[in-house]
Amino acid sequence: MNAPDVGILSLFLASILTSNMLLSNFLGTCSFISISKDFKSSMGLGVAVTMVIGICSAICWAVLYFIIKPLGIEYLSFIIFIIVIAGVVQMLEMIIDRFSPSLYLALGIFLPLITVNCAVLGVILFMQIRNYNFIQAVVFGFGGGAGWWLAIILLASIRTKLDKNNAIPAGLKGTGITLITIGFMAMAFIGFSGMIAVQ
Amino acid sequence: MSPTRKVLKDGLWTNNPIFVQVLGICSTLAVTNNLRNTLIMVLGVTFATAMGSLTLAFMKDVMPRKVRMIVTVLIHSFYVIIVDILLKAYQPAISKQLGPYVGLIITNCILMGRAEAFANANKPGLSFIDGLANGLGYGWVLVCIAFIREFLGFGSLLGIKLVGEGFTPWTIMVMAPSAFFLVAIFLWGANTWKAKASQGGQKK
Repeated sequence: MNAPDVGILSLFLASILTSNMLLSNFLGTCSFISISKDFKSSMGLGVAVTMVIGICSAICWAVLYFIIKPLGIEYLSFIIFIIVIAGVVQMLEMIIDRFSPSLYLALGIFLPLITVNCAVLGVILFMQIRNYNFIQAVVFGFGGGAGWWLAIILLASIRTKLDKNNAIPAGLKGTGITLITIGFMAMAFIGFSGMIAVQ
Repeated sequence: MSPTRKVLKDGLWTNNPIFVQVLGICSTLAVTNNLRNTLIMVLGVTFATAMGSLTLAFMKDVMPRKVRMIVTVLIHSFYVIIVDILLKAYQPAISKQLGPYVGLIITNCILMGRAEAFANANKPGLSFIDGLANGLGYGWVLVCIAFIREFLGFGSLLGIKLVGEGFTPWTIMVMAPSAFFLVAIFLWGANTWKAKASQGGQKK
């Protein structure tokens, strides 16, 4: 079980640009579409998701290599990862509530919902499958989060303009045109793929 | 209309998870460039949704409200682990191709959505049918998308080559953007159809 030979910086850039969690792996699309209506909450959610993914990938890496693998209980890994994610989200919620009530209010319901954000579990499962070492796992986690954050603020900025446009056919309004926008963004991000390649 | 038929119709069309609720597009879009993987994925999602809703409907009276979310997720992980182990045992090649996406069924929003919106307030039998209907309602859309993507992207269906040498594969169909475009087009069609149907005196 050797860690893949990838430089830290290229892994970080790749997880933001070429293998963007959202635009090339479709992870976290649900909350992405519903939240990106509003720029401010997109910003808050982006920060929260980045933090959760970064912290969770570090903890899950430790859990995977010090608890799950030695005990040989790989078949339980989904349940264990979910518990770790839920625990981290709960803790983060309490910390934010204690130190920054205004941010807590701004995030509202979105914070507990990060538990079921596919991007978090997705990053952790990719980390497990690709046998990243600890540093790589953390970099990949924060990079994946930052990529998600970048994508959601980009889309939110486009949507503030888009929702005022009356030329869109009625059946395509709202979600439909958002999906098409995401498609174009995904195409643009494919343009980066010549730069860095990570499996 | 009997409640069972209404629930079925809701899941498959009127309240289709993709067109109306816009849920669960996360994990499974990634596998729709291949019809066989999509079918396996749809079966997994349907199984987990139906069984999860059934279990939750049984448990809803004894479960404290505070821990509801986490219990729901744990029940779903339990069923997804069953799917994962079965796949690893009988279809190791497909399991490898799907990679993390099998595990990601846990966080598929449809599961959580149905658990919160339906299984929480309904009888176990009906919840099971609701889960089944939503899984299948989600499934038929995905199968349509996978059909188009695999046919245009590789010129094959279920891995069998269907077109001759002269066919140029549409590379875009294999890549991520096409999935978004196709879902959007489907959504557009469904919305327009619905708007027409409700204007034209409820004809089907």
